[in-house]
Amino acid sequence: MKNVRNANVRYKNLDDKELEILAGVGLDKDEKERTATFLQSDDEVLFHKSLNPGIEIFPIEEALRKYPWVKEYYGKSFQLQGKDYPEDTQGGYFIWVKKDVHAFFPIQACLFLKRKSFSQRVHNLIIAEEGSKVHIIAGCASSYTSGESHHLGISEFFVKKGAYVNFTMIHSWKEDVDAEPKSIALVEEQAMFLSNYICLKPVRKIVMYPTAVLLGDGSKARFNSLLLAHPGSSQDIGSRVIFKARNTSAEIISRAVSLGGNIIARGHLKAESPKVKAHLECRGLMLNPEGLIHAIPELETFYQDVDISHEAAIGTISKDEIEYLASRGLTKDEATGVIVRGFMDTEILNLSQVLKNEIDKLTVETLKKGL
Amino acid sequence: MAKYTLQVKNLTVKVGSQTILDKINLKIEEHSTMILFGPNGSGKSTLIKVIMGISGYDIAEGDIIFEGESIKDLSIEERAERGIGIMFQYPPKIRGVKLEQIAQFLTKEEERIRALSAHLNLDKILHRDLNVDFSGGEMKRSELFQLILQKPGFFLLDEPESGVDMENISLMGRMLKAFLKEEKPACLIITHTGYILDYIEAKNACVMIDGCLFCLGHPREIFESIKKFGYEKCKECQREI
Ligand SMILES: Nc1ncnc2c1ncn2[C@@H]1O[C@H](COP(=O)(O)OP(=O)(O)OP(=O)(O)O)[C@@H](O)[C@H]1O
Ligand SMILES: [Mg+2]
Repeated sequence: MKNVRNANVRYKNLDDKELEILAGVGLDKDEKERTATFLQSDDEVLFHKSLNPGIEIFPIEEALRKYPWVKEYYGKSFQLQGKDYPEDTQGGYFIWVKKDVHAFFPIQACLFLKRKSFSQRVHNLIIAEEGSKVHIIAGCASSYTSGESHHLGISEFFVKKGAYVNFTMIHSWKEDVDAEPKSIALVEEQAMFLSNYICLKPVRKIVMYPTAVLLGDGSKARFNSLLLAHPGSSQDIGSRVIFKARNTSAEIISRAVSLGGNIIARGHLKAESPKVKAHLECRGLMLNPEGLIHAIPELETFYQDVDISHEAAIGTISKDEIEYLASRGLTKDEATGVIVRGFMDTEILNLSQVLKNEIDKLTVETLKKGL
Repeated sequence: MAKYTLQVKNLTVKVGSQTILDKINLKIEEHSTMILFGPNGSGKSTLIKVIMGISGYDIAEGDIIFEGESIKDLSIEERAERGIGIMFQYPPKIRGVKLEQIAQFLTKEEERIRALSAHLNLDKILHRDLNVDFSGGEMKRSELFQLILQKPGFFLLDEPESGVDMENISLMGRMLKAFLKEEKPACLIITHTGYILDYIEAKNACVMIDGCLFCLGHPREIFESIKKFGYEKCKECQREI
């Protein structure tokens, strides 16, 4: 594996079409409104840079060489959960946000699939030290040159006491690409882990069940997702929060739309402590009889003193809504588009103002093209 | 010869086996306003929904002629395209879709949206989800707002003033009056209260009872008669329409 740091060649081998795909998952190539950047294509890290001395960003292998203590973290969240993780990974990012550092602009990390039949396997490690606050936008995408490709991404988050991590992941794959993100966040006392996931482009198969473990008193987690399943795609996507401390809370919200593809929308709230408050909400829209939406919400606890709930609803767009908009002159397709874009409400995501406008624009454009 | 914007000919409408409108005949001259009275459940809303092309109603017989052509087989958006606009009695809630988005669809002139929404006290409502938790009055003002932006040549208004406070009735009434003066659309307006008559000049009125139309005449006269003698009296009138 090579690291290329010369800014002039940072996007080498990427053509305009590919840069456009990356822009579609949030890559700001001029880095104007970004605190730090990491870009990996297949197994090659093209570029990494931080503009904030309080934030370090490296390829994971380099971090392990440079800081021996990183080994202590590597794989730890999986071991603590008694889970295996593949060790044959190549690349991935290491993000270290030092104590009390607050970054106004987000950190961007992009993983790009280019080669045919390539299997990208990365291991990411994110450490937010005590009192730090950071937004990360992670874009994962495949080039038009990819095909029969596969992405596996291990992500470990260590959100220390009082820290705040807001992680927004956007996927943009193809009909012949499979993706398998596996992530665990360990959240300490009074800390907050927020995850937004957006997948609106075609893909063959995605399986993911990111988990947040609330270890410290007063910690919080939130998972929000916007999912669109095109015909032929299969998405098995869930979010899990395990509560191991008191006064913890969480919310899982998902919006799933099937255009003919299959979505299994899972959610699991597991209260292993009293004094837990959490809610899980899944709403689905079926726009094609070929598709499938299967919502599987799970609530689990041994304790009495918890308040955990869920609501799930699946339906289709009501005729009244379409006809109302038609009476204002919208065609059936325009009306459907407006309603689906409304359903895929970015308001459910907790985005910073900087990212909100960007992501609103990205989702609206993607949905306009995709419907 | 008078030119008609709308002609409803011998229209029978059913839902399943139930007849809701029975051999309705109605003519509205261009630029003129027709008032439609009638008790609850008599079929008034059904008539205007069928004119707009709303689904769920089966036209068993008859025809609807708009500006000289049958529109019976046109889609809703084609009818809207031709210039028919409707204010619904019960507009649906649409989550995630803002009133402002619809306004922007209806006109490209942002300034008109700003001015008209301010005038109708809808500034705050613009950014809310359409009809979700709107008060009764807000709902009616939002409907009128959309219609005025749409500028149809033929207005279908379903109880524009019901549930609206006196001040807002006056606000809406004056706005409608100004619009009619300026754009001269034809109108079909359903009302129970008759307040709307204080603001607009209506040429004729008729009364719907049990899916049949009765008693074509002057709106004030008919309204006074309904107040004095009730709807039953209209049935006796048997005036040809
Ligand atoms: N889709 C439908 N399916 C079944 N019945 C219907 C349907 N639409 C209307 N009706 C029935 O047809 C009749 C006429 O209804 P409509 O809404 O037209 O009355 P209206 O004159 O507008 O009454 P109101 O003054 O209460 O608004 C009512 O008995 C109503 O229940
Ligand atoms: Mg009615």
